[in-house]
Amino acid sequence: MENIKPNLANEPAKEISPLGYPTELLAPQATMESVTETIGSIVLKPKQRQPVHWFIVAGIAFTLLMLFFVSIGWLLHFGVGIWGIEIPVAWGFAIVNFVWWVGIGHAGTFISAILLLLHQKWRTAINRFTETMTLCAISCAGLFPLLHLGRPWVFYWMAPYPDTMDLWPQFRSPLVWDMFAVGTYFLVSLIFWYSGLIPDLATLRDRAPTRGKKLFYGFLALGWRNSAVHWQRHQSAYLLLAGIATPLVLSVHSVVGLDFAVAMVPGWHETIIPPYFVAGAIYSGFAMMLNIMLPIRALYGLHNVITPRYLNNIGNVMLVLGNMVAYSYIMEMFMAWYSGDIFEQTAMAKRAFGPYGGLFWALIVINILVPQFLWFKKVRTNPKLLFWVALSANVGMWVDHFLIIVTSLTRGFTPSMWRNYTPTFWDIATMFGSVGLFLMLIVLFVRFLPLISISETRELVAEKNG
Amino acid sequence: MTDDLRLQKDLERRKSNPQPAIRNPQSFWRSLEELSGSEKFQKSLHREFPPNASEFGNFNRRNFLKILGATVALAGLPACTKQPLQKLVPYVHQPEELVPGKPMHFATAMTLGGFATGLIAESHEGHPTKLEGNPGHPASLGATNVFHQAAILDLYDPDRSQAVLENGDPATWEEFVGAIHDAWQSQQSKNGGGLRILTETVTSPTLHFQIQQLLKKFPQAKWHQYEPVNRDNIREGAKLAFGESVESHYHFDKAKIILSLDSDFLYSHPNAVRYANDFSEKRRAKFPQTEMNRLYAIESTPTLTGANADHRLPVSSAEIENLAFALAEKLGAISKPESGNSKHQNWISVVADDLSQHRGAGIVIVGENQPARVHALAHLLNHSLGNSGRTVTFTESAQANWANQTESLRELVNDLRQNSVDVLVMLGGNPVFTAPADFQFAKNLRKAKFTVHQALHVNETSKICDWHIPENHFLESWSDARAFDGTTSIVQPLILPLYAGKSAHEILDAMLSPPGRDDYEIVREFWKSQNSGDGFEGSWHRALHDGLIESTSLPEKKVSLKQFPTDPEKQNSKSGIEITFRSDPTIYDGRFMNNGWLQELPKPINKLTWDNAALVSPSLAKRENLSNGDVVEIESENRKLEIAIWVTPGQAENSVALPFGYGRKSIGRVGVRAGFNVYELRTSSSPWIGNGAKLKKTGKTYQLVTTQIHHVIDSDERQIIREGTFDHFQKEPDFVAKDSASPVESDTLFEPKEFPYNGYKWGMVIDLSACIGCNACTIACQAENNIPVIGKEQVAAGRIMHWIRVDNYFRGPPENPQTTFQPVPCMHCENAPCEVVCPVGATMHDSEGLNVQVYNRCIGTRYCSNNCPYKVRRFNFLQYAQYDVASYRPMWNPDVTVRWRGVMEKCTYCLQRISEARITAENQNRRIRAGEFQTACQQVCPTSAIVFGDLNATDSRVAKLKTHELNYLMLGQLNTRPRTSYLAKLRNPNPKLSS
Repeated sequence: MENIKPNLANEPAKEISPLGYPTELLAPQATMESVTETIGSIVLKPKQRQPVHWFIVAGIAFTLLMLFFVSIGWLLHFGVGIWGIEIPVAWGFAIVNFVWWVGIGHAGTFISAILLLLHQKWRTAINRFTETMTLCAISCAGLFPLLHLGRPWVFYWMAPYPDTMDLWPQFRSPLVWDMFAVGTYFLVSLIFWYSGLIPDLATLRDRAPTRGKKLFYGFLALGWRNSAVHWQRHQSAYLLLAGIATPLVLSVHSVVGLDFAVAMVPGWHETIIPPYFVAGAIYSGFAMMLNIMLPIRALYGLHNVITPRYLNNIGNVMLVLGNMVAYSYIMEMFMAWYSGDIFEQTAMAKRAFGPYGGLFWALIVINILVPQFLWFKKVRTNPKLLFWVALSANVGMWVDHFLIIVTSLTRGFTPSMWRNYTPTFWDIATMFGSVGLFLMLIVLFVRFLPLISISETRELVAEKNG
Repeated sequence: MTDDLRLQKDLERRKSNPQPAIRNPQSFWRSLEELSGSEKFQKSLHREFPPNASEFGNFNRRNFLKILGATVALAGLPACTKQPLQKLVPYVHQPEELVPGKPMHFATAMTLGGFATGLIAESHEGHPTKLEGNPGHPASLGATNVFHQAAILDLYDPDRSQAVLENGDPATWEEFVGAIHDAWQSQQSKNGGGLRILTETVTSPTLHFQIQQLLKKFPQAKWHQYEPVNRDNIREGAKLAFGESVESHYHFDKAKIILSLDSDFLYSHPNAVRYANDFSEKRRAKFPQTEMNRLYAIESTPTLTGANADHRLPVSSAEIENLAFALAEKLGAISKPESGNSKHQNWISVVADDLSQHRGAGIVIVGENQPARVHALAHLLNHSLGNSGRTVTFTESAQANWANQTESLRELVNDLRQNSVDVLVMLGGNPVFTAPADFQFAKNLRKAKFTVHQALHVNETSKICDWHIPENHFLESWSDARAFDGTTSIVQPLILPLYAGKSAHEILDAMLSPPGRDDYEIVREFWKSQNSGDGFEGSWHRALHDGLIESTSLPEKKVSLKQFPTDPEKQNSKSGIEITFRSDPTIYDGRFMNNGWLQELPKPINKLTWDNAALVSPSLAKRENLSNGDVVEIESENRKLEIAIWVTPGQAENSVALPFGYGRKSIGRVGVRAGFNVYELRTSSSPWIGNGAKLKKTGKTYQLVTTQIHHVIDSDERQIIREGTFDHFQKEPDFVAKDSASPVESDTLFEPKEFPYNGYKWGMVIDLSACIGCNACTIACQAENNIPVIGKEQVAAGRIMHWIRVDNYFRGPPENPQTTFQPVPCMHCENAPCEVVCPVGATMHDSEGLNVQVYNRCIGTRYCSNNCPYKVRRFNFLQYAQYDVASYRPMWNPDVTVRWRGVMEKCTYCLQRISEARITAENQNRRIRAGEFQTACQQVCPTSAIVFGDLNATDSRVAKLKTHELNYLMLGQLNTRPRTSYLAKLRNPNPKLSS
């Protein structure tokens, strides 16, 4: 680390080390104090730093959240029949949303853990934020498998607990693996996120203007005193957690992919699904990160912290992942043809030319053609264009999951049971409602916790200033 | 029978708390909970499911707050299925022979169109729960059709008429007896000149006797009969040919070549259950498979008979007469050369050859909708081919006083018009709805001074009558009836009347000798009077036990051909299209409108539920630019009807079939506003076939709901249906096995693990050659396994609950496709894909190879259904089972769990029946014998197409059939190793027509 010094501010943002090591991470004039002030004041001096837009976004998020609650109330009262699911399409929007949210939850750990281990310092400004996003997304994701149960109040039967009748879950079922994978991922992400937060919480505690805030942040800071011993232990733990979290990035969506790959449904039963899901997940995770981060960056004036260098790097990652997804589409089609399997071939033909064919071709445009714009640096460093590319990637990944999950079920083995799927109002309400939950959690996070790691940014300043 | 405390209580409660009025006649009835009478449920359920409905349209502030409140409340308290609170009251006096928990069985009989089918009713602690065919009864042989299976639901229908009504207001039976007696007195002087009785088809000897008594007392009184599904043409045809109205009986088991002219003898004939059995005798798989009959069908609309034909010719119904004459001319039965019809010349001559090569072993059968002349011609053909006396025999009719019912009703209407009817007593039926439109029955009925109507429901006719008497269900009353062959059964009740109903016998008796006796006495006294010897008690009990009175079948009658038509009637060639009228395959003439099981039963071939539709041919649809659900206006004889259309492959090009019975105005909550009233077009001059109709597209559309959307298999590689011809099978008996791609054992990486199945090993074989697609299995399963009815909109949402469905697939040109039926229950795969994916182990394999579903453990992930290649699993998306309807509770099979919301269910191979047999066998320290018990679908199947049993018992029929060359596995290449296998369908086409 020592031999590659971060370039100083007055140099142009040209040079990039082979590992993407930053040449310009901080604006030229950043100091320790300015960093703390910039980030900390959002939380500590809300009257100064909360823009009107915060209230607008919070209002929208709250409305959607209420819609979510109404949808859940309706669902619990009447049952999953309020949705458009049927036989043969017994999984509909709920599972599509689940897979989509889990995917979005992938960027956080990827950025935090893998980039930390790879010493990619450019993660600093965004890691806290993306970790938070991960937790919010997994919270949304985790609700759907529970809500989609016919009898959600007995969801815990999937867990191995000491039941009086000695009943255990059925470990061959991918849904059990799912529960472990997503549960583990959520817990590890939560601990990782919280460990990183502790020094910052202490900073906020020390600067809190009121007693209430002092108590709040003081309680959360767990007695952090900024001693060298603390730091030494903290860093070891943090690295260890990163090591634990890293394989999870790959495992979670692989396991979610196994829900489909293990089943024998034509269109699901494909070995490419786990890696393809992981690529798609990180892709949509980065996209969602951009969709949330870019507006915040603009609203809170964080241009000095989240510099175009970040955007450029994120754009590069998205380009790679987008092309991996495109490759998966092509391979999926190729393998269906190459297998000579009538069922698989029909499933693929119906996906492209059946009742949902329009969606498929829209997906090709959204997920294969649009990311190609990222070849251009102008696009990668232009926040507005990047926002739209990211949004299309998010929509694209949702459509992608819809096509895999739903269209495969509509055209199964037995033609007498072929039937199309139509979502109901409650499907759509629940989907947008979950967006409300996600936004609400983000909005509250922005209000109450530092959205960029103060301590790590200060570390960068220290390194910069030698 | 047994009196039961709980039912009595129910009855009392009901009396004190009369039936709630239909709350919202505008709404479709969609789930049985709605019948619960829970206002709250109705409101909340009412608008939530249609896929595209804008739900927020219905929100107002109050509702919104309510939901919000519910949300908050439910956030901490997840909704739980409400468990009913029940009190168990032990018997104070235990009835003799009754062991709680063990069902008792009683023989009885049900009539449809007047003719009886012997049934065995299963009774649990005094509640009849299931009807089975009586194996000893000639019209049943142990099987039934869909109507018999669904009759039990009618018994417990909460919408049944429950009280005597005088002009719509509740009255008492005693008041009615007083009133009719007053009306009576005035007739004394006229010798009954103003008295009319209208019945449906009567075969009951007791009722016939009672009516005769009445007519004796009032010589001027008249007895009329009318049913919309009448057999006038058959009667007139026989009269034309033989000079007397004799009944023809067909012996399909002896026939090799059968020609059906618009006859649906496999489904709609009064003796269809028996005929289906006889017909399949020469088609089902045997060892060795040496012969097979051949069925030719000429018909205008696809019926089950046509679908099972080896050659089917779709022509308009009117043209069939010409073809019949052409055939007669080819066979030399008539000499007059017939011109025209060169189109089907080849077809006709091939059939003629085939028939004449099989003299004495052929049958020409004509449907009830063909004019009398065609029937007469068929009699001539059967005579000249030597079939009469061999495959076709004749008897008197089992009908009492077989009348031309249309003429009979016309006479009554004329009398009504002339105001000469003072007292009109209608026993059953619904003539206001079903009478020919030109009779204007409703208008004329009002001219009678005193009208009485007895019916199961307060129907259209009841509404304009002075008095309405609730009819007792046949499971509540004593009666008797004759089967098609004359065999007489005593109709024995299984339960005391649930409501204040009366039987026809009681009404007539009250009229003859007030205050009247009850029906038990009436029927018993009648039979006592018929018994010359002194052993009445013994023979009475014997008759009750056996379900039939011995040697009452009608003796064969020698008839001689008197005359026959020689010329087809000059067709006044009207332009326009032909319309044909049919009884609906599931709700018959409209009488089963309020029967949820029958409403939801997919109609054979098009799989429509909850509605009727005008069936139009693909070419007509193309010409008129119509697609499914388009509403057209059909104009015939200056009458107009708007009806939705359904494009039906195999429909004759210029012919539109109109199933009648739907579109009732006055019926319970189940049937209200379903379908279109085709009777509005049906007139006495053209009751079956109408010419020169006009069809016009209106631009409106109507939602028609079907359970099967795709009827074509895109590739034979799927290995879903296997079929071949009989000739091919003779040459290459292993053709099925040869073409089957089954997985190789060594393909797996893992050591194949075989479970030994040392005990029982249950399995099923379904013979596709025998299956006629009648749906009886579906509804028998529904009755046996407490399968809920979900309503039209839930069916539209793709959530039909039937555990066994009958798929049908078309092959060939849509103008005249080949149809194959395939009943699909759970396959009970040995490598079941559903089992590995369930996270809680709610679906497991048991030691006998059953794939069992543990409802208590199921949490409803529905993963199993996704992973089922056969899609036989059914999910309770909502609370479908009707816990809260008191009147349905005694109907449920107590041996089968009633499933609640959120759990998966599916065919269990009738696990409860296996258990029952196992308990019996273990008590006797032996194994279950082969054929000791049957699954519900197997038991009801008229053609024995479904065979179930222990594969380890080498003497069982199922084990033998599994070794048949035609045996194959559906989707066998997936290595699911299903326990249910199929026998490939064999057809027997004539090589001369196959090209």
